[in-house]
Amino acid sequence: MPELLADAPWMLWSIALPLIGALLVFLLPRRAAPIGLSTACLTAATALAVLFQVAFDGPRIYRVGGWGAPLGIDLMADGLSVIMLAMTAVVGTAISVYARVYLAGTPEKVRRFWPLWLFLWAALNALYQAGDVFNLYVTLELLGLSAVALVALTGSAPALWGAMRYLLVSLLGSLSYLLGVALLYHAYGTVDLALLGERADGGLILAVPLGAMIAGLLLKTGLFPFHVWLPPAHGSARAPVSALLSGLVVKASFYLLLRLWFTFVPEGQGLPILLGSLGAAAIFWGSVQALRQRRLKLLVAYSTVAQLGYLFIAFPLAGLDPALAWGGSIYLAVSHAFAKGAMFLAAGSIMTQGGHDDIDELDRVVDRMPLTLAAFALAGISLAGLPPSGGFVGKWMLLQAAMAQELWFWAFVIIGGGVLTAAYVFRVLGFAFTESPHEHEQHEVPLTMEWTALLLALGAVLLGFVAPWALPLLDGVLP
Amino acid sequence: MTVNAWLPMMVIGSSLIPGLIIFMLPENAVTLRTVLNLGGAVLKIFLLVLMMVGVFHGVEYEFRVPLVPGLDFVLHADALSLLFVNLSAVLWLATTVYAIGYLEDSPNRSRFFGYFSLCVTATVGLAMAGNLLTFLVFYEALTLTTYPLVVHRGTEIARKAGRGYLAYTLFGGVLVLAGTIWLYALTGTLEFVDRGFVSGLDIDPAVLRMIFALLILGVGVKAALVPLHAWLPQAMVAPAPVSALLHAVAVVKAGAFGIVRITYDVFGIEFAASLGVTLPLAVLASITIIYGSVRALFQDDLKRRLAFSTVSQVSYITLGVAIAGPIATIGGLAHLVHQGFMKITLFFCAGNFAETLGVHKVSEMRGIGRRMPWTTAAFTLAAFGMIGVPPMVGFISKWYLGLGALEVGQDWVVLVLAGSSLLNAAYFLPILRTAWFDPPPEEWPHERDFGRKETAWALLLPPLFTVGAALSWGLFASMPGTPLDWVQFIAARKYAP
Repeated sequence: MPELLADAPWMLWSIALPLIGALLVFLLPRRAAPIGLSTACLTAATALAVLFQVAFDGPRIYRVGGWGAPLGIDLMADGLSVIMLAMTAVVGTAISVYARVYLAGTPEKVRRFWPLWLFLWAALNALYQAGDVFNLYVTLELLGLSAVALVALTGSAPALWGAMRYLLVSLLGSLSYLLGVALLYHAYGTVDLALLGERADGGLILAVPLGAMIAGLLLKTGLFPFHVWLPPAHGSARAPVSALLSGLVVKASFYLLLRLWFTFVPEGQGLPILLGSLGAAAIFWGSVQALRQRRLKLLVAYSTVAQLGYLFIAFPLAGLDPALAWGGSIYLAVSHAFAKGAMFLAAGSIMTQGGHDDIDELDRVVDRMPLTLAAFALAGISLAGLPPSGGFVGKWMLLQAAMAQELWFWAFVIIGGGVLTAAYVFRVLGFAFTESPHEHEQHEVPLTMEWTALLLALGAVLLGFVAPWALPLLDGVLP
Repeated sequence: MTVNAWLPMMVIGSSLIPGLIIFMLPENAVTLRTVLNLGGAVLKIFLLVLMMVGVFHGVEYEFRVPLVPGLDFVLHADALSLLFVNLSAVLWLATTVYAIGYLEDSPNRSRFFGYFSLCVTATVGLAMAGNLLTFLVFYEALTLTTYPLVVHRGTEIARKAGRGYLAYTLFGGVLVLAGTIWLYALTGTLEFVDRGFVSGLDIDPAVLRMIFALLILGVGVKAALVPLHAWLPQAMVAPAPVSALLHAVAVVKAGAFGIVRITYDVFGIEFAASLGVTLPLAVLASITIIYGSVRALFQDDLKRRLAFSTVSQVSYITLGVAIAGPIATIGGLAHLVHQGFMKITLFFCAGNFAETLGVHKVSEMRGIGRRMPWTTAAFTLAAFGMIGVPPMVGFISKWYLGLGALEVGQDWVVLVLAGSSLLNAAYFLPILRTAWFDPPPEEWPHERDFGRKETAWALLLPPLFTVGAALSWGLFASMPGTPLDWVQFIAARKYAP
């Protein structure tokens, strides 16, 4: 029995289960919430099973139907894949538990939320285990469409407008990516990533498709200056949706970008420096915009713009010790998923409680919802890179990479961005301690909502202590 | 790992765990909260006594787990860390008793005591940090855990003060981070060692001076070195026990302790002196000493006057380090403890005046000695200690500082000490005169009745205990077991034999 469990095709199940769950929810809309939540938990369990398989036995390949590439579809899981799978599993479970309570009062939204969310989860799990560029395109498209539909779930005019923009950007990004895939297939006759890596020989014939794919992915990741679609979409969605968009969905296109980068390792210094500079610009622009926002959810959304910028700082730093820079970037991405998820969930609770999310009207949230505010604060600590937290470990590694090469500018960007982050986080916390002159309506917030946000935020802090065990998973994946 | 490795963790846990439980307690669970608070504080002192005996006999206490690639999270109990941990633990106990009395019936006590415990946890961790990275972790944690205490009252002024506090301390944290990472990139290690790990490596002295400046200015923010001191008087909006703890133990002392650690165990004092960085530090400390005293002269608000006095007094520690001689080291380190006990007494007394009679200003203190003789007596003794009148401990500090300066030929320091003592007298003696000799007013601003006692026991006993300690260590300075005795034990390790 134990061998059976250890060798079971969990990789396939992690994709199939949420799909089956989504279909079931679609067929039995009255029981959407219980089916959805139990599917979510099972999916998370399978993803963690894959994590254990890879952690103990090394990278795995699963040939669906036994055909094998290039005829069939190969699923591959290595250290990077399982880190992303596990991140999705933990954050996804928290969001599911939260959403069950959060949406309880609006049955028609429950029916629409669960199938879309489970589809999205299946797309994420498939994307992290896909081994060829075309399957990656399919998962990317599935991911984008379900994400757009989830934004539109709110139903309000600004949300629909945000969803429309998101849809256009998402389609444009996928198209650009697909163009790259087609050109690659034309040039090298395969879409398998490993084979492409062997056959690719540089030059214009590789540079053009790669450029198209990278541009499409940057658009989907929301890197400055392609971020304009992000704050309206993330800021206007319902709280659990914002959390999964900011925490998980943007990471998928970033992951794909890393995969391409590791496979083809573009030559020259120009592109890394360009990406790094865009990242730096994103950090400053996003943080300054976050500081200027009056509404809490928009502040958190702009914070995502800024924090995504951090992930790109690794590109110009990877020269001397790639493992350090990439490891830091990936660690930041995972910590950001936890912290940003927690932050959006906390913002959702605050909004439910007071009926508004004006920052300077927060009115003693610290007394009324201490757990939620603690979640917000802990998440903010991780985002600002203050120790002890996952954000600190990630930024420390990036800083170390910068200092070892005496790249002062990047070190300055990393530290300066942290200060700006602390500034906008503590702006919120300061108002949470003071009384507002205006009366606000008061609603009960279920404790489940408060605790899920807090546990997720504690996860972000806990990530600050597990780096020595998590980072070895990346050995052999990084160039 | 053995039990000895876990002891430092248990010291951390003895305030961390009660703190976390207290957050969860309902507001009216007074008894349970008090038991947790005091139980944790007493347990911590017990563990520390155990470790002190061990360290004296050469036992190593070290807890080590990996934290980031290549670097560990290290808690290490050596003589120097135990000096600071003990100070924190004992004064935490006193302040907890005091805070229980002070905050009786006020709202949000669970939150207050929760953060209070976390704040002490951060201080203790900072004291036992075995490398610069661990130090940085707790240095930032201290900033974060004290912020809710500063804004505790939730007023607009408190929010602004909190903002100023964070702006300064996070800026300091950034400097420490920059210095730490730079040093790590150059040396590949961050472990604290007696007499430093930087000397002997082939590194450009100009770069080392820059790193020294970054690190010292970074911790100098918390130590309130001029011109980085402005947050301290602002943070006076916090409740009295917080001010007491911020000034005497946690924040300001953490900064001073950081200066001690960085100078002795990162650079090594002799190597730092050879880099030529100690003299500028001594000058900066002297400026701070004089500037803080002069500003204190003009404050009518009692807590603000004490705040500027802290700015001045804490720099004695820095000065003792920067003079770079073994005897001055003894003076500076002893002052770390001495100033803690004297300043916390003064803040307890100021809190008592405010809580019992509603007196906040020096000009309102006329004849207060007749209404509250015990509190005023404690205040008087502590003030004498600050001025440096024998037999209070303040005299011992200044004596060693002066001797130490003469020993290494820095005669100008004696002038600074004398000038500062004069200024201390100039701002403390008028308070004492008005408190004892002026006639009391008809009616106090806001009087509370405590029957035949002058104030509640929980408010009166802590200052009497702390001032008693400060007096007896002055009287019996050379007995074994006093701070001075322990400090001599430390100083012997920080200089090459």
